[in-house]
Amino acid sequence: MTEPVVEAVNVAKVLGSGAAQVAALKGVSLALKGGELTLLMGPSGSGKTTLLSILGCILTPTEGTVLIRGHATDSADPEGLALLRREHIGFVFQSFHLFPTLSAADNVRLALDVRGEPARSAKARSREALAKVGLSHKTSAFPRELSGGEQQRVAIARAIVGNPSIILADEPTAALDGENGQAIMTILAGIAKEQGRGVLIVTHDPRLLPFADRVVHIEDGLIVSEKRGGARRQ
Amino acid sequence: MPLFITLAFRNFFHDRLRFIATVIGIVFSIVLVTVQMGLYLGFGRTVTTMIDHVSADLWIMPHGTKCFEDPSLLDASKRNRALSINGVAAAIPVVIGFADWRLPNGGTTPVFIIGSDLRSGGLLPWDLVEGRIEALSIPRAVAVDRSYFDRLGISGMGATAEIRQHLVRVTAVTNGIRSFTTTPYVFMDINRARAHTGVAADKASYFLIRLSPGADRNHVRGQLLSYISNVDILTPAEFAERSRIFWLFGTGAGAALFAGALLGVIVGTVIVAQTLYSSTKEHINEFATLRAIGSSREYIYKVIVCQAIFSAIIGFFFAALIGAVIVELTAATALPIIMTPGLIVGLFLLTVIMCVASAIAAIVQVIRIDPATVFTR
Repeated sequence: MTEPVVEAVNVAKVLGSGAAQVAALKGVSLALKGGELTLLMGPSGSGKTTLLSILGCILTPTEGTVLIRGHATDSADPEGLALLRREHIGFVFQSFHLFPTLSAADNVRLALDVRGEPARSAKARSREALAKVGLSHKTSAFPRELSGGEQQRVAIARAIVGNPSIILADEPTAALDGENGQAIMTILAGIAKEQGRGVLIVTHDPRLLPFADRVVHIEDGLIVSEKRGGARRQ
Repeated sequence: MPLFITLAFRNFFHDRLRFIATVIGIVFSIVLVTVQMGLYLGFGRTVTTMIDHVSADLWIMPHGTKCFEDPSLLDASKRNRALSINGVAAAIPVVIGFADWRLPNGGTTPVFIIGSDLRSGGLLPWDLVEGRIEALSIPRAVAVDRSYFDRLGISGMGATAEIRQHLVRVTAVTNGIRSFTTTPYVFMDINRARAHTGVAADKASYFLIRLSPGADRNHVRGQLLSYISNVDILTPAEFAERSRIFWLFGTGAGAALFAGALLGVIVGTVIVAQTLYSSTKEHINEFATLRAIGSSREYIYKVIVCQAIFSAIIGFFFAALIGAVIVELTAATALPIIMTPGLIVGLFLLTVIMCVASAIAAIVQVIRIDPATVFTR
């Protein structure tokens, strides 16, 4: 049995302060393993994105611990957390967050540039990553010249180009039509199966269920159910 | 090329209007600083014109003389004392002073008279365009600069006028010997200068010391100081520096020029800071994304500082062009704006420092970025 890549242990998170304080998570434990695509589902305000942010070392828990490859992240300062994100985590966002002034290839290369990778190898790896998501013919295109589905594929290429242990995706298909959504999910499922990475997807969309190895339901800051199986074989 | 440079470049040019505003701000600021510092250099050079054109090893002057135009006088007997010192080859008297030049229409204009021993070649006019130095030995002969013809009410060579009821005739004309005070210089023989300025025959403004071959200047100066009382004895460089300090800092002119330059730097810094701040604010989502995908703060600082350096390079380029035009336009005026290689390098460094310092506000903004905002935008 493989060890978890990222693990939240009894994590609680309080957001806001004073009268506006909200307990977004109330003691959640979740382990994510390589080669597995996990869907994190739940209603709005249930704590899905907060949990994803904590697993992705963007937010720190108020209580509990996050482990990255078995190492606790409790003592990491903001720069230490950035280093953990750089080394272990790839992100895919609902609204893509591509840089409008950079080409598709440069958007992908950015993830390597922040790691200090030399330009020549970074360019080669960026082209490879774009090829993996089927965009080898669009390397010079700017985001405004790409469809929503293509922009999200560039974002996925950016997430995988640094060989992270895990991909965390926040509503990656929410801004796409059904066909593009299915295409994106096929790519993400392939990343889990073929590349052996852990993939966690936060979603409302039940059409994604066939792609999942595991489905976790969260409500009101607590995990209420977890189901295995159902993933469509590639 | 690292991608942060590309990103900075694209961010900088992305908003054309902001780009133009930034460049105009920098150009305005640096041209202002260039003019002020160029004036400072020009003024510093102009106030020492006479000292710089004299062939002397030492200047003897009344104790406490502040500048070349100082009206204090020396006893002529001190010249003989100077000549008695071993190593002194010549002690050439120079007389200076203000006088009134009577215009043909009956009015007067002030002039600054410089009288020197023509045979010894003390402080004689240079850059002659008409006439010869020897012509100044003719009775009533004077040399003036052609840029002052209108001011002196004359048309050129051979023109006559009166100084202190003494007739003078222009027998030599120079080009470019201009005074920062705008008072025309009038060169003549020392004896006539005494008559025109009212300096007694046993007085002089300066003695220019020329040393014998092989004489040690410091040693001779020590001997002179021990033998002649109540005088200052300076090398040309020291006297020039003393004059410069007096005119630039004793009168407040230098402080005014520096204040103008400082104002330019402040205006430039505020404009660049404002545009960099608004640019960073516009791209804040991108910086948050960078942070979310694991970029260090240092990487983001590099993007912002790079933008600041692009601003500096482009702004300085246009400012330098405008500065060169201004230098050319003022070259023939009484107070030319001087541009030296050192000033150009200094201004470029100042521009870079100003722009990088301007990035601080933007950097402070970036420090506060919460990468979690990528999930809410």
